[in-house]
Amino acid sequence: MKRSLTADRIATAVLWAVAVFVITVLVAIIGYFLVESIPTFSVSFLFSDPSDTAIGGIGPVLWNSVYLLVLTMLFTVPLGVLGGIYMAEYAGEGRLTEAIRFSQELISSVPSIVVGLFGFALFVATTGWGFTALGGALTLLVFNLPLLMRLSEQAIRAVPADERAASLALGSTKWQTIRHAVLPVAIPGIVTGIVLTAGRVFGEAAALLFTAGLSTPVHYDFSNLNLLDPRSPWSPFRNATTLSVYIWKSNSEGLGDFVHQVANMSSMVLIVMVLIFNLGSRWLGGALQRRISGL
Amino acid sequence: MTTVESSLSRAQPGLRARLDVPRRITLAAALVVIGAVALLLGFIVWRGLQLFVASGVPVAQIFTTAWQPDPLSAGTNYGLLPFIGGTLAVMAVAAVIATPLSVGLALFLAEVAPGWARRIVQPAMEVFVGIPSVVYGWLGLVVLVPYLRTQFGWMGFATGFSWFAGSLVLSLMILPTITSISYDAFVVVPADMRSASLALGTTRWQAIRHVVLPTAATGVATAIVFGLMRAAGEALAVQMVIGNAPVIPTSLARPVTTLTSQITLDMSDATGTWNEALWTMGLVLLIISLTFVLIIRRLGRRSTPA
Repeated sequence: MKRSLTADRIATAVLWAVAVFVITVLVAIIGYFLVESIPTFSVSFLFSDPSDTAIGGIGPVLWNSVYLLVLTMLFTVPLGVLGGIYMAEYAGEGRLTEAIRFSQELISSVPSIVVGLFGFALFVATTGWGFTALGGALTLLVFNLPLLMRLSEQAIRAVPADERAASLALGSTKWQTIRHAVLPVAIPGIVTGIVLTAGRVFGEAAALLFTAGLSTPVHYDFSNLNLLDPRSPWSPFRNATTLSVYIWKSNSEGLGDFVHQVANMSSMVLIVMVLIFNLGSRWLGGALQRRISGL
Repeated sequence: MTTVESSLSRAQPGLRARLDVPRRITLAAALVVIGAVALLLGFIVWRGLQLFVASGVPVAQIFTTAWQPDPLSAGTNYGLLPFIGGTLAVMAVAAVIATPLSVGLALFLAEVAPGWARRIVQPAMEVFVGIPSVVYGWLGLVVLVPYLRTQFGWMGFATGFSWFAGSLVLSLMILPTITSISYDAFVVVPADMRSASLALGTTRWQAIRHVVLPTAATGVATAIVFGLMRAAGEALAVQMVIGNAPVIPTSLARPVTTLTSQITLDMSDATGTWNEALWTMGLVLLIISLTFVLIIRRLGRRSTPA
């Protein structure tokens, strides 16, 4: 009896120690980037052009990350939400549903570098576009779509059956029911899913190396609105090195002090961006939820 | 609800079928996923086989150890064993490091943690998940690798770039994966089973060891396989710290390489047969992840009836 009590105490202490250890590692990681970047960080770092000789800015690559995010979500949101509606409301038990589910599972397990290879084969080589923002966005669609589809499906399935029954009992068609009774209730969950999915675009790099490209960014002229001009920052048909890819590039270049510093600050920016998306998704979902249930 | 619906469709089947445009549109969106998978499998398998089909390299050759890929030099040999071995080795050690920590943390969250501790640890895990892989790689490159070189040079870490560095970075990245899936497995263990054990006079640890852990074993196994799968496919972070030496891994302190990091490094320069060999590596990676998906499916089926 005594021995089992001792064992219990030791086990409890070990589990506490594990938790403290993991949190310490996390705090150390975030702390490292904070301590390293704060002394040289300034707001202009976010917007100015990079430099080959001193600590430049990350304006163009940050712009590319945002641009790619918007472009990817332009494809992902309609397809993902509609697909989610199908899986939650229409899909039966048949082989087709099984095939869609298996495809979703499969894609989420394929390494992102392999998805990148696929994107290269299809959107760079076969189409003859070369390395483009559009090719990168379509590649990201490959793994963002199944994710958003699953998150939307979950949000729609969580809507109480009574909502549907009430609407159908009033004589609405199935689509009217989905449109006016189900979707409004599911919106907070869907929005959370969209923001979470969008956050992944920022962190992704491996799938973009051979699709959106990794050329050294140049100065962007935002007054150039010609969408077909590869020099225009608005064009989807241009090389678009994102912030994550830019950090990866730092490791292949000489580790001069300023390259080092730029990568440290870029990492901090990237962490903060992803955090904003993760926390933002929950906050936004909650806010919408309160607004809807408050009505 | 289902009955309302089915009686509706029985009442006017023709009309319903004709009017059901939304069903077709949403179905089309869902089918894009199947299309994407089919295209992906098609392209990777096709390009991955060109090494054998177009260049006539015997399939047996990829199971040799010599990597002499440059078509311009005499005597090429496309042995992929160093890459496959490296991927498996780095993945395995990462899982060995991450599993006790992750399962311990999941147990802590599910069984031990008071509310305030849970409110700290759970958001912290979300932050962990959110840190992008290049950031882990960069941290490994500027902190871990120099540290191993200067502090553990006597143990054989000549440059710091090593199998161990790769595994350690990976272990951090798979820790949240294994933790969250095992946590889910622990919380679905019915509270009655714990109470029954405690009522027999067992301690909390005895209840965990003899009731909670055995009940959740399949879920924990699934969590570890998910972690292994993520570790095998991770590219950039590993590439940055592993040293990229195409040798069969023999020492934790020495540079090795993986399928993913070799693809990352060579893809933009390699041409001809060399390039084809990289696509074959992509195909091998795809086969590895498919294997993991099948294992996870099998584990899932085993746990459902219980």
